[in-house]
Amino acid sequence: MTSGGLMERLQDGLWKENPGLVQLLGLCPLLAVTTSLVNGLGLGIATMVVLTLSNGLVSAARRWILHEIRLPIYVVIIASLVTCIELMFKAWFPTLDRSLGIFIPLIVTNCAIVARAEVFASRNPIGASLVDGMGMGAGFALLLMAIGAFRELLGQGSILAGLDLITGGEPFSGFSFADSGFLIAVLPPGAFFSLALAVAAKNAIDGKRRISRRRTMSRKLRPSDHPRS
Amino acid sequence: MEFVRREAPYIAPKANVSSMMLQVLVALIPAALAHVWYFGPGFLCNLIIAAVFCVGGEALVMQLRGRPPLATISDYSALVTAVLLTFALPSLTPWWVTATGSLFAIVIAKHMYGGLGFNVFNPAMVGYVVVLIAFPMELNLWVAPHMGDIDYQYLTLLQTIVYTLTGSLPETLAFDAISRATPLDAMQAGLRTMHTFSEIWANPIMGNFGGRGWEWIGNLTLAGGIWLLIKKIIRWHIPVGVFAGLLIPMTVMYAIDSSANAGPGFHLFSGATILCAFFIATDPVSAATSPKGRLVYGAGIGFLIFSIRQWGSYADGVAFAVVLMNMATPAIDYVTRPHIVGHPRRGGHP
Repeated sequence: MTSGGLMERLQDGLWKENPGLVQLLGLCPLLAVTTSLVNGLGLGIATMVVLTLSNGLVSAARRWILHEIRLPIYVVIIASLVTCIELMFKAWFPTLDRSLGIFIPLIVTNCAIVARAEVFASRNPIGASLVDGMGMGAGFALLLMAIGAFRELLGQGSILAGLDLITGGEPFSGFSFADSGFLIAVLPPGAFFSLALAVAAKNAIDGKRRISRRRTMSRKLRPSDHPRS
Repeated sequence: MEFVRREAPYIAPKANVSSMMLQVLVALIPAALAHVWYFGPGFLCNLIIAAVFCVGGEALVMQLRGRPPLATISDYSALVTAVLLTFALPSLTPWWVTATGSLFAIVIAKHMYGGLGFNVFNPAMVGYVVVLIAFPMELNLWVAPHMGDIDYQYLTLLQTIVYTLTGSLPETLAFDAISRATPLDAMQAGLRTMHTFSEIWANPIMGNFGGRGWEWIGNLTLAGGIWLLIKKIIRWHIPVGVFAGLLIPMTVMYAIDSSANAGPGFHLFSGATILCAFFIATDPVSAATSPKGRLVYGAGIGFLIFSIRQWGSYADGVAFAVVLMNMATPAIDYVTRPHIVGHPRRGGHP
């Protein structure tokens, strides 16, 4: 695949086909975990690593995977990767692991990962699949972080609280801007509202771009459309 | 919006959205005045803030949607939302709480669904539910009614305005000195700590048939509601449904054990029962449409209020009940479609 194609794959994952914003996949962790930026970052990185590696493995094994039993095989591959990640989290970030709880093992059921295995990795070479997994994973992780930051900022008036879960060291309560916040943002309804607002914002940006592109296109076309002799 | 009838020479009253909404507003004036009389001028401060943010939010959204703002502002529906939200809030509420509720009601609950006529949920109740969940501390401060013999301190107009703008009381006053449990709060807490109904009734905040002050606000709301019924702005089905859904189970519980349950009269005149039955549940957009459907819808709201008051953790559940039944409205409409004469009944012959 050409480097232009690779760039396009990355762009697809980050924006055009973003698993959270456009495909609306993997909503369970997306809604449940994003109560703070650090939680979003932790789960985002874990998902991204799993997605990249599972894409690579599925792509490498795609010639030997029987079509009829492909889903169980994908799940086995993903589950073994998630187990590795889970053990790594337990070993190196035990507090973050406790804060994310069941959602680390639940990455297995994140349909964004199975969807990429099915749609992309099972029919593309390893390099492209790795890039695709990285792009999709990064898109998902960035969305998790954005929603986490939004909800934390609005709901608790702070940002980056609990950074020590990742970096270690002294307990860190974040940069605080207010004593209390709009509590509903960190409660479950806030997750739905935030996701809806994010999807709406993306659609609005895309719509504006489309309009401005159409304008520049028509401006470019006008002189050549009506050549005067 | 004008409802034009082109057939036959009917003499139709001039019915449009703005005159309807205006009459709803007029019908609420007595109850609003009673609210100010009993609970101080905070109601007016909240009303001004809610009105500014509701109408301003509406204008802003219409601007964003590329439509003339004046067309929707002049139908007064945003103002009705502001008034209903103000009735739901305690009379001492910091301005940011009121503003959040108003903006949420108008921008998210109303216009994100498509504006007046398309909103699935009652905007004022969505706004109230959101601030109730988001600011539990601020929404817990109900002042005692202004009655001569209740021992309490009350705020002057200036102190009320300062509290509304800053959210802090003057140093000489503590929250405990000015706030009292609402009758419903006192009743729920009392019954759950094994006090009997008559013991709780001895509390000076209880009046003749409801909480003191509250009962007269209730009466005046009832008068406004009946005026709306006479003017045919609303129909009788939803209020009757709400009262039946709330009061029949309450009466049964009261008949079973009159010491461990509050009587139906108390529940009728406390909290927002009457306001809900005549003004909130009857929102023509988010309510069910057929007569039978309206009865079911009202009864559902009444029964949910009963359940929340009886077993829930909130003392009053009008907003939750209305929003939950709004969700059920499409299903109710589907099930209670009126039968058209001459057409076969569902699953049978005509």
